[in-house]
Amino acid sequence: MIRLEAVPKSLVDWQLPLFASKVACGFPSPAEDYMDRPLDLNEYLIKHKAATYFCRVSGHSMEGQGIHDGDLLIVDRALEPRHGRVVVAAIAGEFTCKILDLHNHQLVAAHPDYKPIPIQEALDVIIEGVVTHSIRAHVCSS
Amino acid sequence: MKALLPIPSAPMFALVDCNSFFASCEQVFRPDLRNKPVIVLSNNDGCVVARSREAKALGIQSFAPYFKMRDLIERHQVAVFSSNFQLYGDLSQRVMEVLKTFSPNIEPYSIDEMFLSLTGLNQEHQTYGAKMRQAVWQQVRIAVGVGIAPTKTLTKVANKMAKTLPHCQGVCVLDTPAKWSWVLKRLPVTEIWGVAKRTAKRLEGLKISTAWDLATANPKQVRRHSNVCLERTIEELNGVSCLALEALPPAKKQIYCTRSFGNPTKNVEPILEAVSLYATRAAEKLRKQRHLASAMQVFIHTSPHKPNYRSASEVVQMLYPTDDTRTLIKTAKAVVEQRLYRQGFDYIKAGIGLLDLVDAKEYQPDLFTSGPTEESRFLMRALDRINRIQGRGCLFLAAQGTQKPWYMRQDHRSPQYTRRWQEIPRVSAW
Repeated sequence: MIRLEAVPKSLVDWQLPLFASKVACGFPSPAEDYMDRPLDLNEYLIKHKAATYFCRVSGHSMEGQGIHDGDLLIVDRALEPRHGRVVVAAIAGEFTCKILDLHNHQLVAAHPDYKPIPIQEALDVIIEGVVTHSIRAHVCSS
Repeated sequence: MKALLPIPSAPMFALVDCNSFFASCEQVFRPDLRNKPVIVLSNNDGCVVARSREAKALGIQSFAPYFKMRDLIERHQVAVFSSNFQLYGDLSQRVMEVLKTFSPNIEPYSIDEMFLSLTGLNQEHQTYGAKMRQAVWQQVRIAVGVGIAPTKTLTKVANKMAKTLPHCQGVCVLDTPAKWSWVLKRLPVTEIWGVAKRTAKRLEGLKISTAWDLATANPKQVRRHSNVCLERTIEELNGVSCLALEALPPAKKQIYCTRSFGNPTKNVEPILEAVSLYATRAAEKLRKQRHLASAMQVFIHTSPHKPNYRSASEVVQMLYPTDDTRTLIKTAKAVVEQRLYRQGFDYIKAGIGLLDLVDAKEYQPDLFTSGPTEESRFLMRALDRINRIQGRGCLFLAAQGTQKPWYMRQDHRSPQYTRRWQEIPRVSAW
Protein backbone atom coordinates (compact mmCIF):
# COMPACT_ATOMS: atom_id res chain seq x y z
CA MET A 1 0.00 0.00 0.00
CA ILE A 2 1.28 3.45 -0.79
CA ARG A 3 0.68 6.05 1.81
CA LEU A 4 -0.44 9.34 0.41
CA GLU A 5 2.24 11.35 2.19
CA ALA A 6 4.87 9.18 0.57
CA VAL A 7 3.79 10.04 -2.96
CA PRO A 8 6.05 12.66 -4.55
CA LYS A 9 4.30 16.00 -4.88
CA SER A 10 4.72 16.05 -8.66
CA LEU A 11 2.49 13.00 -8.93
CA VAL A 12 -0.44 14.56 -7.17
CA ASP A 13 -0.10 18.07 -8.55
CA TRP A 14 -2.53 17.40 -11.37
CA GLN A 15 -5.35 17.13 -8.84
CA LEU A 16 -6.27 20.80 -9.14
CA PRO A 17 -9.83 21.84 -8.39
CA LEU A 18 -11.86 22.40 -11.52
CA PHE A 19 -14.03 25.47 -11.74
CA ALA A 20 -16.75 25.64 -14.34
CA SER A 21 -16.59 29.37 -14.76
CA LYS A 22 -15.30 31.33 -17.70
CA VAL A 23 -12.01 33.05 -17.35
CA ALA A 24 -12.75 36.74 -17.47
CA CYS A 25 -10.24 39.05 -19.05
CA GLY A 26 -9.90 42.22 -17.08
CA PHE A 27 -11.98 42.64 -13.98
CA PRO A 28 -11.65 39.82 -11.44
CA SER A 29 -14.88 38.45 -10.08
CA PRO A 30 -15.35 39.22 -6.40
CA ALA A 31 -16.85 35.77 -5.98
CA GLU A 32 -13.49 34.17 -6.66
CA ASP A 33 -12.42 34.94 -3.11
CA TYR A 34 -14.95 32.41 -1.97
CA MET A 35 -14.09 29.73 -4.48
CA ASP A 36 -12.62 27.24 -2.11
CA ARG A 37 -14.81 27.64 0.94
CA PRO A 38 -18.51 27.86 1.64
CA LEU A 39 -20.14 31.20 2.33
CA ASP A 40 -19.82 32.09 5.97
CA LEU A 41 -22.59 34.15 7.54
CA ASN A 42 -20.40 35.05 10.51
CA GLU A 43 -17.93 36.62 8.18
CA TYR A 44 -20.70 38.51 6.38
CA LEU A 45 -22.48 39.76 9.49
CA ILE A 46 -19.67 40.33 11.98
CA LYS A 47 -16.89 42.83 11.45
CA HIS A 48 -15.61 43.12 15.04
CA LYS A 49 -15.78 39.68 16.60
CA ALA A 50 -14.68 40.69 20.10
CA ALA A 51 -17.18 43.56 20.26
CA THR A 52 -20.24 41.87 18.77
CA TYR A 53 -23.24 40.45 20.64
CA PHE A 54 -26.56 38.90 19.71
CA CYS A 55 -29.77 40.09 21.36
CA ARG A 56 -33.46 39.32 21.04
CA VAL A 57 -36.03 42.11 20.54
CA SER A 58 -39.29 42.30 22.41
CA GLY A 59 -41.80 45.00 21.48
CA HIS A 60 -43.08 46.88 18.46
CA SER A 61 -41.57 50.36 18.71
CA MET A 62 -39.00 49.74 15.96
CA GLU A 63 -41.34 48.36 13.30
CA GLY A 64 -40.81 51.44 11.12
CA GLN A 65 -37.22 50.27 10.73
CA GLY A 66 -38.29 46.71 9.90
CA ILE A 67 -37.35 45.45 13.37
CA HIS A 68 -40.14 43.27 14.78
CA ASP A 69 -40.94 41.55 18.02
CA GLY A 70 -38.75 38.42 18.36
CA ASP A 71 -36.13 39.47 15.81
CA LEU A 72 -32.46 38.80 16.41
CA LEU A 73 -30.20 41.85 16.59
CA ILE A 74 -26.49 41.91 15.87
CA VAL A 75 -24.93 44.62 18.00
CA ASP A 76 -21.42 45.96 17.43
CA ARG A 77 -19.85 47.92 20.27
CA ALA A 78 -16.80 48.93 18.26
CA LEU A 79 -18.77 51.12 15.82
CA GLU A 80 -19.23 54.79 16.47
CA PRO A 81 -22.82 55.71 17.34
CA ARG A 82 -23.51 58.24 14.59
CA HIS A 83 -26.62 60.28 13.85
CA GLY A 84 -29.37 58.17 12.35
CA ARG A 85 -27.95 54.79 13.36
CA VAL A 86 -30.07 52.20 15.10
CA VAL A 87 -28.54 51.64 18.52
CA VAL A 88 -29.00 49.66 21.69
CA ALA A 89 -29.01 52.02 24.66
CA ALA A 90 -29.11 51.28 28.37
CA ILE A 91 -31.94 53.45 29.62
CA ALA A 92 -32.29 53.33 33.39
CA GLY A 93 -30.53 49.97 33.42
CA GLU A 94 -32.48 48.32 30.62
CA PHE A 95 -31.30 47.52 27.07
CA THR A 96 -33.56 49.40 24.64
CA CYS A 97 -33.49 49.66 20.86
CA LYS A 98 -33.83 53.18 19.39
CA ILE A 99 -32.68 55.44 16.56
CA LEU A 100 -29.99 57.93 17.55
CA ASP A 101 -30.93 61.54 16.75
CA LEU A 102 -27.84 63.55 17.55
CA HIS A 103 -29.24 66.75 16.01
CA ASN A 104 -31.93 66.96 18.67
CA HIS A 105 -30.03 64.96 21.31
CA GLN A 106 -32.65 62.31 21.66
CA LEU A 107 -33.43 58.66 21.07
CA VAL A 108 -36.42 58.13 18.83
CA ALA A 109 -38.60 55.12 18.15
CA ALA A 110 -39.68 54.02 14.68
CA HIS A 111 -43.36 54.04 15.58
CA PRO A 112 -45.77 56.99 16.02
CA ASP A 113 -47.06 55.74 19.37
CA TYR A 114 -43.72 56.15 21.15
CA LYS A 115 -42.30 59.49 22.30
CA PRO A 116 -38.63 60.42 21.84
CA ILE A 117 -36.40 60.16 24.90
CA PRO A 118 -34.01 63.07 25.48
CA ILE A 119 -30.35 62.16 26.06
CA GLN A 120 -29.25 64.05 29.12
CA GLU A 121 -26.39 63.29 31.44
CA ALA A 122 -28.81 63.06 34.34
CA LEU A 123 -31.20 60.65 32.66
CA ASP A 124 -28.98 57.59 32.90
CA VAL A 125 -28.78 56.90 29.17
CA ILE A 126 -25.73 55.07 27.83
CA ILE A 127 -25.29 54.03 24.21
CA GLU A 128 -24.27 50.38 24.38
CA GLY A 129 -23.68 49.56 20.74
CA VAL A 130 -24.74 49.97 17.13
CA VAL A 131 -27.23 47.54 15.58
CA THR A 132 -25.64 46.37 12.34
CA HIS A 133 -28.24 43.80 11.26
CA SER A 134 -31.57 42.43 12.33
CA ILE A 135 -32.55 38.90 11.47
CA ARG A 136 -36.11 37.75 11.17
CA ALA A 137 -37.33 34.19 10.98
CA HIS A 138 -40.03 33.62 8.35
CA VAL A 139 -40.54 30.01 9.31
CA CYS A 140 -41.34 29.04 12.86
CA SER A 141 -38.33 27.16 14.18
CA SER A 142 -40.42 25.01 16.52
CA MET B 1 30.37 50.49 5.83
CA LYS B 2 27.75 51.37 8.37
CA ALA B 3 25.43 48.71 9.62
CA LEU B 4 21.86 49.30 8.55
CA LEU B 5 20.36 47.45 11.47
CA PRO B 6 17.97 49.54 13.53
CA ILE B 7 19.07 50.45 17.03
CA PRO B 8 17.46 47.88 19.33
CA SER B 9 14.97 49.72 21.47
CA ALA B 10 14.73 49.30 25.22
CA PRO B 11 12.13 46.82 26.45
CA MET B 12 8.78 48.18 27.59
CA PHE B 13 5.83 46.16 28.88
CA ALA B 14 2.23 46.76 29.82
CA LEU B 15 0.22 44.72 32.27
CA VAL B 16 -3.52 44.99 31.75
CA ASP B 17 -5.60 43.69 34.64
CA CYS B 18 -9.39 43.48 34.70
CA ASN B 19 -10.98 45.04 37.79
CA SER B 20 -12.91 42.52 39.95
CA PHE B 21 -13.15 40.44 36.79
CA PHE B 22 -15.88 37.90 37.60
CA ALA B 23 -18.09 40.59 39.15
CA SER B 24 -17.46 42.87 36.15
CA CYS B 25 -18.46 40.06 33.78
CA GLU B 26 -21.80 39.74 35.56
CA GLN B 27 -22.43 43.46 34.93
CA VAL B 28 -21.71 43.40 31.18
CA PHE B 29 -25.21 42.31 30.16
CA ARG B 30 -26.88 43.75 33.25
CA PRO B 31 -26.53 47.53 32.98
CA ASP B 32 -28.88 47.81 35.95
CA LEU B 33 -26.13 46.27 38.12
CA ARG B 34 -23.31 48.61 37.10
CA ASN B 35 -22.11 50.68 40.07
CA LYS B 36 -24.03 48.35 42.38
CA PRO B 37 -22.71 45.76 44.86
CA VAL B 38 -22.22 42.42 43.05
CA ILE B 39 -20.57 39.25 44.34
CA VAL B 40 -19.68 35.94 42.69
CA LEU B 41 -19.59 32.66 44.61
CA SER B 42 -17.14 29.79 44.24
CA ASN B 43 -18.03 26.42 42.76
CA ASN B 44 -20.95 25.00 44.63
CA ASP B 45 -21.89 28.43 46.02
CA GLY B 46 -19.49 27.98 48.92
CA CYS B 47 -17.74 31.30 49.42
CA VAL B 48 -17.29 34.74 47.89
CA VAL B 49 -14.64 34.76 45.16
CA ALA B 50 -15.23 38.13 43.52
CA ARG B 51 -16.65 41.45 44.69
CA SER B 52 -17.45 44.62 42.79
CA ARG B 53 -16.00 47.84 44.20
CA GLU B 54 -19.32 48.61 45.86
CA ALA B 55 -19.46 45.15 47.47
CA LYS B 56 -15.94 45.61 48.83
CA ALA B 57 -17.02 48.95 50.30
CA LEU B 58 -19.78 47.15 52.23
CA GLY B 59 -17.10 45.13 53.99
CA ILE B 60 -17.73 41.80 52.25
CA GLN B 61 -14.46 39.90 52.55
CA SER B 62 -12.90 37.79 49.86
CA PHE B 63 -13.37 34.04 50.50
CA ALA B 64 -15.96 34.74 53.19
CA PRO B 65 -18.41 31.82 53.49
CA TYR B 66 -21.63 32.74 51.70
CA PHE B 67 -23.97 31.71 54.52
CA LYS B 68 -22.19 34.05 56.94
CA MET B 69 -22.74 36.98 54.58
CA ARG B 70 -26.45 36.41 54.01
CA ASP B 71 -27.69 39.13 56.40
CA LEU B 72 -25.42 41.77 54.95
CA ILE B 73 -26.34 40.69 51.43
CA GLU B 74 -30.05 41.00 52.03
CA ARG B 75 -29.79 44.28 53.89
CA HIS B 76 -27.88 45.96 51.05
CA GLN B 77 -29.54 44.10 48.18
CA VAL B 78 -26.25 42.74 46.93
CA ALA B 79 -26.61 40.88 43.62
CA VAL B 80 -25.34 37.31 44.08
CA PHE B 81 -24.11 35.04 41.27
CA SER B 82 -22.82 31.48 41.05
CA SER B 83 -19.65 31.28 38.97
CA ASN B 84 -20.38 31.19 35.25
CA PHE B 85 -16.98 30.23 33.89
CA GLN B 86 -18.15 29.93 30.29
CA LEU B 87 -19.14 33.59 30.36
CA TYR B 88 -15.89 34.66 32.06
CA GLY B 89 -13.79 32.65 29.62
CA ASP B 90 -15.63 34.16 26.68
CA LEU B 91 -15.25 37.74 27.90
CA SER B 92 -11.58 37.16 28.78
CA GLN B 93 -11.06 36.04 25.18
CA ARG B 94 -12.73 39.23 23.95
CA VAL B 95 -10.56 41.45 26.16
CA MET B 96 -7.53 39.71 24.71
CA GLU B 97 -8.74 40.18 21.13
CA VAL B 98 -9.13 43.91 21.70
CA LEU B 99 -5.67 44.17 23.30
CA LYS B 100 -4.11 42.34 20.34
CA THR B 101 -4.82 45.44 18.26
CA PHE B 102 -2.41 47.35 20.54
CA SER B 103 0.53 44.96 20.36
CA PRO B 104 1.37 41.91 18.29
CA ASN B 105 3.12 40.36 21.30
CA ILE B 106 0.75 39.49 24.06
CA GLU B 107 0.90 36.94 26.87
CA PRO B 108 -2.26 35.95 28.71
CA TYR B 109 -1.03 35.57 32.27
CA SER B 110 -4.30 34.53 33.86
CA ILE B 111 -7.99 34.75 33.01
CA ASP B 112 -7.99 38.46 33.89
CA GLU B 113 -4.39 39.61 33.35
CA MET B 114 -2.45 40.11 30.14
CA PHE B 115 1.11 41.21 29.48
CA LEU B 116 1.79 43.18 26.29
CA SER B 117 5.15 44.01 24.84
CA LEU B 118 5.33 47.69 23.87
CA THR B 119 9.00 47.48 22.87
CA GLY B 120 9.73 49.55 19.79
CA LEU B 121 6.16 50.75 19.39
CA ASN B 122 7.19 54.38 19.76
CA GLN B 123 4.00 55.50 21.48
CA GLU B 124 3.49 57.99 24.26
CA HIS B 125 2.89 55.53 27.08
CA GLN B 126 0.31 57.38 29.15
CA THR B 127 -1.88 58.07 26.12
CA TYR B 128 -1.46 54.56 24.76
CA GLY B 129 -2.47 53.07 28.09
CA ALA B 130 -5.51 55.32 28.26
CA LYS B 131 -6.49 54.21 24.73
CA MET B 132 -6.27 50.53 25.72
CA ARG B 133 -8.49 51.15 28.71
CA GLN B 134 -10.97 53.08 26.64
CA ALA B 135 -11.08 50.45 23.87
CA VAL B 136 -11.62 47.53 26.25
CA TRP B 137 -14.38 49.40 28.05
CA GLN B 138 -16.12 50.44 24.86
CA GLN B 139 -15.92 47.10 23.09
CA VAL B 140 -16.30 44.63 25.95
CA ARG B 141 -17.63 46.75 28.85
CA ILE B 142 -14.95 45.49 31.21
CA ALA B 143 -12.98 48.03 33.27
CA VAL B 144 -9.22 47.45 33.29
CA GLY B 145 -6.16 48.95 34.95
CA VAL B 146 -2.96 49.43 32.94
CA GLY B 147 0.59 49.44 34.31
CA ILE B 148 3.46 50.31 31.98
CA ALA B 149 7.16 49.89 32.83
CA PRO B 150 10.43 48.52 31.40
CA THR B 151 10.21 45.20 33.31
CA LYS B 152 7.39 42.79 34.10
CA THR B 153 8.01 43.09 37.84
CA LEU B 154 7.69 46.88 37.62
CA THR B 155 4.51 46.64 35.50
CA LYS B 156 2.98 44.69 38.39
CA VAL B 157 3.85 47.59 40.70
CA ALA B 158 2.57 50.13 38.16
CA ASN B 159 -0.68 48.20 37.76
CA LYS B 160 -1.22 48.21 41.51
CA MET B 161 -0.70 51.98 41.55
CA ALA B 162 -3.08 52.43 38.61
CA LYS B 163 -5.78 50.82 40.72
CA THR B 164 -5.04 52.46 44.06
CA LEU B 165 -4.03 56.05 43.22
CA PRO B 166 -7.18 57.88 42.08
CA HIS B 167 -5.32 60.53 40.05
CA CYS B 168 -3.80 57.79 37.87
CA GLN B 169 -7.23 57.24 36.33
CA GLY B 170 -6.46 53.61 35.75
CA VAL B 171 -3.14 54.05 33.94
CA CYS B 172 0.23 54.25 35.67
CA VAL B 173 3.50 54.60 33.80
CA LEU B 174 6.80 53.96 35.63
CA ASP B 175 9.28 54.59 32.82
CA THR B 176 12.02 56.53 34.62
CA PRO B 177 14.07 55.59 37.71
CA ALA B 178 12.74 58.71 39.46
CA LYS B 179 9.15 57.51 39.08
CA TRP B 180 9.66 53.92 40.17
CA SER B 181 11.92 54.78 43.09
CA TRP B 182 9.22 57.11 44.43
CA VAL B 183 6.72 54.26 44.38
CA LEU B 184 9.08 51.51 45.60
CA LYS B 185 10.01 53.57 48.68
CA ARG B 186 6.36 53.52 49.70
CA LEU B 187 5.65 49.87 49.01
CA PRO B 188 6.19 46.99 51.44
CA VAL B 189 8.45 44.31 49.98
CA THR B 190 5.65 41.72 50.28
CA GLU B 191 3.76 43.60 47.56
CA ILE B 192 6.42 42.69 45.01
CA TRP B 193 5.73 39.95 42.48
CA GLY B 194 7.45 36.74 43.56
CA VAL B 195 8.22 37.78 47.13
CA ALA B 196 6.38 35.34 49.38
CA LYS B 197 5.59 36.03 53.02
CA ARG B 198 8.20 33.47 54.04
CA THR B 199 10.88 35.20 52.00
CA ALA B 200 9.86 38.54 53.47
CA LYS B 201 10.45 37.16 56.99
CA ARG B 202 14.00 36.22 56.04
CA LEU B 203 14.54 39.60 54.36
CA GLU B 204 13.52 41.29 57.60
CA GLY B 205 16.74 39.93 59.09
CA LEU B 206 18.62 41.87 56.39
CA LYS B 207 16.71 45.05 57.29
CA ILE B 208 14.80 44.88 54.01
CA SER B 209 11.22 45.97 54.52
CA THR B 210 10.26 48.22 51.60
CA ALA B 211 10.50 47.35 47.92
CA TRP B 212 13.13 50.07 47.62
CA ASP B 213 15.27 48.34 50.29
CA LEU B 214 15.20 45.24 48.11
CA ALA B 215 15.95 47.16 44.91
CA THR B 216 19.04 48.70 46.51
CA ALA B 217 20.16 45.59 48.40
CA ASN B 218 23.39 43.79 47.65
CA PRO B 219 22.35 40.89 45.39
CA LYS B 220 25.13 38.64 46.70
CA GLN B 221 24.06 39.17 50.27
CA VAL B 222 20.43 38.52 49.40
CA ARG B 223 21.36 35.39 47.50
CA ARG B 224 22.75 33.77 50.61
CA HIS B 225 19.31 34.11 52.13
CA SER B 226 17.12 33.25 49.18
CA ASN B 227 17.28 31.99 45.64
CA VAL B 228 18.14 33.00 42.10
CA CYS B 229 14.63 34.26 41.43
CA LEU B 230 15.05 37.02 43.97
CA GLU B 231 18.25 38.18 42.32
CA ARG B 232 16.31 38.51 39.10
CA THR B 233 13.64 40.43 40.97
CA ILE B 234 16.28 42.92 42.16
CA GLU B 235 17.44 43.44 38.58
CA GLU B 236 13.87 43.90 37.43
CA LEU B 237 13.14 46.44 40.17
CA ASN B 238 16.03 48.46 38.79
CA GLY B 239 14.58 48.52 35.31
CA VAL B 240 16.67 45.67 33.85
CA SER B 241 14.31 43.29 32.08
CA CYS B 242 15.03 39.63 32.91
CA LEU B 243 11.63 38.10 32.29
CA ALA B 244 10.67 38.07 28.63
CA LEU B 245 7.17 37.60 27.32
CA GLU B 246 6.39 33.95 27.10
CA ALA B 247 4.41 33.53 23.95
CA LEU B 248 2.85 30.44 25.50
CA PRO B 249 2.43 29.89 29.20
CA PRO B 250 4.62 27.04 30.44
CA ALA B 251 2.91 23.68 30.37
CA LYS B 252 1.50 22.66 33.70
CA LYS B 253 3.51 20.12 35.63
CA GLN B 254 0.40 18.72 37.29
CA ILE B 255 -3.23 18.75 36.32
CA TYR B 256 -5.87 18.71 39.01
CA CYS B 257 -9.59 18.41 38.61
CA THR B 258 -11.60 18.55 41.80
CA ARG B 259 -14.98 19.81 42.86
CA SER B 260 -17.59 19.54 45.56
CA PHE B 261 -20.80 17.63 44.96
CA GLY B 262 -24.06 19.54 45.00
CA ASN B 263 -25.38 17.15 47.66
CA PRO B 264 -23.46 14.81 49.93
CA THR B 265 -23.53 11.19 48.82
CA LYS B 266 -23.31 7.94 50.81
CA ASN B 267 -23.21 5.69 47.74
CA VAL B 268 -20.22 4.80 45.64
CA GLU B 269 -21.87 5.14 42.22
CA PRO B 270 -22.09 8.95 42.09
CA ILE B 271 -18.47 9.15 43.24
CA LEU B 272 -17.40 6.81 40.47
CA GLU B 273 -19.24 8.92 37.91
CA ALA B 274 -17.71 12.09 39.30
CA VAL B 275 -14.11 10.86 39.19
CA SER B 276 -14.74 9.53 35.69
CA LEU B 277 -15.80 12.99 34.56
CA TYR B 278 -12.80 14.60 36.29
CA ALA B 279 -10.49 12.07 34.67
CA THR B 280 -12.06 12.92 31.29
CA ARG B 281 -11.51 16.66 31.78
CA ALA B 282 -7.98 16.19 33.06
CA ALA B 283 -7.16 13.88 30.14
CA GLU B 284 -8.44 16.50 27.68
CA LYS B 285 -6.14 19.11 29.24
CA LEU B 286 -3.28 16.61 29.25
CA ARG B 287 -3.64 15.89 25.52
CA LYS B 288 -4.01 19.59 24.75
CA GLN B 289 -0.61 20.31 26.25
CA ARG B 290 0.77 17.12 24.65
CA HIS B 291 1.84 15.33 27.81
CA LEU B 292 1.46 11.86 29.25
CA ALA B 293 0.76 11.19 32.92
CA SER B 294 2.86 8.67 34.78
CA ALA B 295 0.97 8.79 38.06
CA MET B 296 -2.46 9.68 39.35
CA GLN B 297 -3.75 10.91 42.68
CA VAL B 298 -7.36 10.22 43.62
CA PHE B 299 -9.05 11.54 46.75
CA ILE B 300 -12.46 11.76 48.37
CA HIS B 301 -13.58 13.30 51.63
CA THR B 302 -16.56 14.24 53.78
CA SER B 303 -17.23 17.72 55.16
CA PRO B 304 -14.47 18.76 57.57
CA HIS B 305 -17.00 20.94 59.40
CA LYS B 306 -19.19 18.00 60.38
CA PRO B 307 -18.69 15.07 62.76
CA ASN B 308 -17.64 11.72 61.38
CA TYR B 309 -15.05 13.30 59.09
CA ARG B 310 -13.26 11.00 56.72
CA SER B 311 -10.70 11.73 54.08
CA ALA B 312 -8.91 9.24 51.87
CA SER B 313 -6.31 9.75 49.20
CA GLU B 314 -4.07 7.50 47.16
CA VAL B 315 -1.41 8.03 44.53
CA VAL B 316 -0.94 5.25 42.02
CA GLN B 317 1.73 4.72 39.44
CA MET B 318 0.35 4.12 35.97
CA LEU B 319 1.53 1.00 34.17
CA TYR B 320 3.02 3.27 31.54
CA PRO B 321 2.71 7.03 30.86
CA THR B 322 -0.60 7.58 29.11
CA ASP B 323 -3.13 10.13 27.93
CA ASP B 324 -5.87 7.63 27.17
CA THR B 325 -9.14 8.65 28.82
CA ARG B 326 -10.17 5.00 29.13
CA THR B 327 -7.05 3.99 31.07
CA LEU B 328 -7.29 7.04 33.31
CA ILE B 329 -10.98 6.43 34.09
CA LYS B 330 -10.36 2.75 34.77
CA THR B 331 -7.54 3.61 37.17
CA ALA B 332 -9.51 6.35 38.96
CA LYS B 333 -12.51 4.08 39.44
CA ALA B 334 -10.41 1.16 40.64
CA VAL B 335 -8.72 3.39 43.24
CA VAL B 336 -12.05 4.65 44.54
CA GLU B 337 -13.64 1.21 44.68
CA GLN B 338 -10.71 -0.77 46.06
CA ARG B 339 -8.84 1.72 48.23
CA LEU B 340 -10.79 4.84 49.13
CA TYR B 341 -14.50 4.21 49.51
CA ARG B 342 -16.00 3.01 52.81
CA GLN B 343 -19.69 2.78 53.53
CA GLY B 344 -21.44 4.98 56.07
CA PHE B 345 -20.00 8.40 55.26
CA ASP B 346 -21.45 11.52 53.61
CA TYR B 347 -18.90 12.32 50.92
CA ILE B 348 -18.96 15.90 49.62
CA LYS B 349 -15.89 16.13 47.44
CA ALA B 350 -13.72 14.07 45.10
CA GLY B 351 -10.82 14.90 42.89
CA ILE B 352 -8.10 13.50 40.72
CA GLY B 353 -4.65 14.77 39.89
CA LEU B 354 -2.40 13.76 37.01
CA LEU B 355 1.20 13.84 38.16
CA ASP B 356 4.69 13.29 36.91
CA LEU B 357 3.87 14.48 33.41
CA VAL B 358 6.20 13.69 30.54
CA ASP B 359 6.37 15.24 27.11
CA ALA B 360 4.47 13.00 24.69
CA LYS B 361 7.02 13.69 21.96
CA GLU B 362 10.05 12.90 24.06
CA TYR B 363 8.62 9.75 25.60
CA GLN B 364 10.24 6.64 24.20
CA PRO B 365 8.69 3.35 25.21
CA ASP B 366 11.44 0.79 25.77
CA LEU B 367 11.45 -2.98 25.61
CA PHE B 368 10.10 -3.43 29.09
CA THR B 369 7.53 -0.65 29.35
CA SER B 370 5.01 -0.04 26.67
CA GLY B 371 3.34 3.25 25.85
CA PRO B 372 -0.02 4.30 24.50
CA THR B 373 -0.78 2.24 21.43
CA GLU B 374 -1.27 3.70 17.98
CA GLU B 375 -4.91 2.71 18.19
CA SER B 376 -5.36 4.61 21.45
CA ARG B 377 -3.73 7.74 20.02
CA PHE B 378 -6.05 7.79 17.02
CA LEU B 379 -9.13 7.10 19.11
CA MET B 380 -8.31 9.95 21.53
CA ARG B 381 -7.57 12.31 18.67
CA ALA B 382 -10.94 11.50 17.13
CA LEU B 383 -12.68 11.95 20.49
CA ASP B 384 -11.10 15.37 21.01
CA ARG B 385 -11.94 16.50 17.48
CA ILE B 386 -15.57 15.49 17.73
CA ASN B 387 -15.92 17.28 21.05
CA ARG B 388 -14.17 20.34 19.71
CA ILE B 389 -16.51 20.57 16.73
CA GLN B 390 -19.74 19.39 18.32
CA GLY B 391 -19.23 20.98 21.71
CA ARG B 392 -17.71 19.62 24.87
CA GLY B 393 -19.36 16.55 26.29
CA CYS B 394 -20.94 15.50 22.97
CA LEU B 395 -19.07 12.22 23.01
CA PHE B 396 -18.09 10.68 26.34
CA LEU B 397 -17.50 7.40 28.08
CA ALA B 398 -20.58 5.91 29.70
CA ALA B 399 -18.66 5.63 32.99
CA GLN B 400 -19.37 9.33 33.60
CA GLY B 401 -23.06 8.59 33.88
CA THR B 402 -25.75 10.76 32.37
CA GLN B 403 -27.77 11.84 35.40
CA LYS B 404 -25.03 13.55 37.40
CA PRO B 405 -26.92 13.82 40.68
CA TRP B 406 -23.67 14.95 42.30
CA TYR B 407 -23.23 17.88 39.95
CA MET B 408 -22.37 21.12 41.67
CA ARG B 409 -24.91 23.50 43.04
CA GLN B 410 -25.34 26.70 41.06
CA ASP B 411 -28.45 28.36 42.37
CA HIS B 412 -27.58 31.84 41.12
CA ARG B 413 -25.96 31.24 37.74
CA SER B 414 -26.45 34.04 35.24
CA PRO B 415 -27.70 33.22 31.72
CA GLN B 416 -25.23 31.99 29.09
CA TYR B 417 -25.56 35.33 27.27
CA THR B 418 -22.94 34.43 24.69
CA ARG B 419 -23.35 30.66 24.52
CA ARG B 420 -27.01 29.71 24.17
CA TRP B 421 -29.58 31.13 21.78
CA GLN B 422 -32.33 30.80 24.38
CA GLU B 423 -30.34 32.86 26.85
CA ILE B 424 -29.09 35.83 24.78
CA PRO B 425 -29.86 39.28 26.23
CA ARG B 426 -33.28 40.83 25.67
CA VAL B 427 -33.60 44.28 24.15
CA SER B 428 -36.82 46.11 24.73
CA ALA B 429 -38.65 48.00 22.00
CA TRP B 430 -41.57 49.30 23.95
